[in-house]
Amino acid sequence: MTFVDDYPTEAKLVRWHFGVGFVALALGGLFGLMQALYRTGYFRSVMPINATDYYTVLTAHGVLLALVFTTFLICGFFVWAITRSLDRPLTHPRVAWGGFLAMVVGTVLAAITILNGFAPALPFESADVLYTFYAPLKAHPAFYVGAALLIVGSWVVGAEYFLTFREWRADNPGERIPLQTFMVLATFIMWYLSSLGVAVEVVVFLIPWSLGWISQVDPLLTRTLFWYFGHPVVYFWLLPAYLAWYTILPKLAGGRLFSDPLGRVVFVLFILLSTPVGFHHQYIDPGIAEGFKFIAMTNTMMLLLPSLLTAFTVVASLEHGARQRGGSGYFGWLRALPWGEPAFSAMALAGLVFAAGGFSGMINAGMNINYLIHNTIWVPGHFHLTVGTAFALTMMGVSYWLVPQITGKRLQHRTIAAVQPFVWLVGMTLMSNAMHRGGLAGLPRRTAEPLFRDAGAAPFDPVVGTVAEMQLQVAVGGTLLFVSLAMFLVVMTGTWLTRSGVARLSVNGSIPAPLSGPEDSPRVLDNLKVWTAIAVLLVVIAYGLPLWSMIADGVLLPGSGPFPV
Amino acid sequence: MNIHRFEKLWLVAAFVLIAAFIATIVYGSLVSGVSMVSDDGGTVDPDDITASENFRDPGVYQADDGSYEVYVEARQFAFVPGTNSPIRVPANTEVTFYVTSSDVTHGFELVATNVNTMVIPGQVAELTVEFDEPGTHHIVCHEYCGAAHHDMEGTVEVVAQENFDGQEVRDA
Repeated sequence: MTFVDDYPTEAKLVRWHFGVGFVALALGGLFGLMQALYRTGYFRSVMPINATDYYTVLTAHGVLLALVFTTFLICGFFVWAITRSLDRPLTHPRVAWGGFLAMVVGTVLAAITILNGFAPALPFESADVLYTFYAPLKAHPAFYVGAALLIVGSWVVGAEYFLTFREWRADNPGERIPLQTFMVLATFIMWYLSSLGVAVEVVVFLIPWSLGWISQVDPLLTRTLFWYFGHPVVYFWLLPAYLAWYTILPKLAGGRLFSDPLGRVVFVLFILLSTPVGFHHQYIDPGIAEGFKFIAMTNTMMLLLPSLLTAFTVVASLEHGARQRGGSGYFGWLRALPWGEPAFSAMALAGLVFAAGGFSGMINAGMNINYLIHNTIWVPGHFHLTVGTAFALTMMGVSYWLVPQITGKRLQHRTIAAVQPFVWLVGMTLMSNAMHRGGLAGLPRRTAEPLFRDAGAAPFDPVVGTVAEMQLQVAVGGTLLFVSLAMFLVVMTGTWLTRSGVARLSVNGSIPAPLSGPEDSPRVLDNLKVWTAIAVLLVVIAYGLPLWSMIADGVLLPGSGPFPV
Repeated sequence: MNIHRFEKLWLVAAFVLIAAFIATIVYGSLVSGVSMVSDDGGTVDPDDITASENFRDPGVYQADDGSYEVYVEARQFAFVPGTNSPIRVPANTEVTFYVTSSDVTHGFELVATNVNTMVIPGQVAELTVEFDEPGTHHIVCHEYCGAAHHDMEGTVEVVAQENFDGQEVRDA
């Protein structure tokens, strides 16, 4: 029996979440291609956009991919993970549907305001504010309402995970929380704690301000609330990928998870440390004392620990799987892994790329080195390795494995699927290495004219390579990524449209028990209340004083009126 | 709790790596003297940036101790001074930049150097540097600030001390 037969309602929920997410992925990917080509100057004359439209493209790309695609995929994926690991249906599917609908309405509102930048005939007004929407640049109120609905909708879907868990707990007192459920709940505890920041920013400040109910907001305060959410959100993206790497990937490799206890420790560390780190995005912001930046820096560095532990556990699990399949030798076992299976190769390559992204993240986290790369194209170079590959490519791998189980249809176009992750790898390697090197040479991010051609100045002096060569790599890499994305969507669409029940599925949802199970770990790991309380305490320590100092001189002061764009 | 021997080794190595990273930053702060942009610059009213004592009319000033102070206003889509006229400062002398915005959030970066700060309405960013060599530095606004963001740029001209005539230096 597959998931769709056992849990038809839940499978439908996952399908709808994935479906909306894939539409966002298609549009966001198209905007990404336009951006890569426009910025680097290739085919600029045939593109239907000018330099000002570039920022509409950039806003659409960021919002659709970093906020919409991710949130829908995560919420859907977790519906599957909770249902499968607790082996019971959701208690109140209507709650989850309600959250899903709120997310859809929010997405549509925000999308209309963004697309208004191209087509002013659309309702509302434009929202060319990028996905960070720093005040006092102002979008139409519908943009902020849309963003708020997206976040609140995810809270409602998340509430259903906890309600279902509570019912399971009542039936199973004293049992260890199944690993996938533990990971889902830990991720959402972190998400509730951190997304509160952006919710307050949007609901208390930006919506009333954009409607004219209050005349000004404090740009530093709203920006700080954004980054209070803006770093943990990357763990909201990353932890579902970790869930896949811990629980699905070892099975696909032919083995089983190396250690369940270490997986729990890793997720507990993320509950504790994900949020009190946001100031590392504000290392070079005025108005924040150096000491608070230092606290955020040490917390950020400590966050390397759970990711380094994950690297060990995942690689150990893969090696175990490979040896079960007959692999041998110090590194020879790598050849025994099923690289031709797209679900496996997508996730494994995503993990490999994440290692590179982790190292460039360590540079970002280095407080004083940050001066050199802050807001250069290094930064998007970094996060295209993390959210753009560790998350996105993992979710493509998950889709190859899960979509057959939630639709009851065999995966179609298997050859295209088998090649797709490798095309992504090549495209991302070209694009991201050039972006990192460009950043070191000082090339700014978020600009339609990175080279200041009109000014005649060529101030960039790369350490390795030339600017022209980097631009070419970004253009070719971005194009390959778009091709890879199109391949993925062809496979998904083909699978979705094929008839069901024609042939037996080649995948199943069973997940073998770990080599070292939960019985090897102390029960206190499962006490999520304790970890939540400590997490709140750490947030108060990291954010209490600086937020107080921003509020003490007047909540709305120093204040700025709106600048519509 | 059952932890594999190799995993324990890995754990220790991870802690050593983390400690080493933190140590490099502490070294940078305490020994090399890299200080972060902080709240030292104080706050201003974005609608009237010279109203408080934290900011002066944009321009280059000489302080009593011989160092220079450069007050820069960032606004859509220019640095004042910087865009229409270059900021001229002498080499091998302490220069403190005070940068604020009279409209939206901007960035202020001298390309490929560590002179780099966010410019946030209401806050004054304060950065003290010394230019070792004469030369021209390109200023970019590295934070999206509106439709013509990509046009917002400027220059800093670092002049050898003996050639610095101080013509643009304003009276204190």
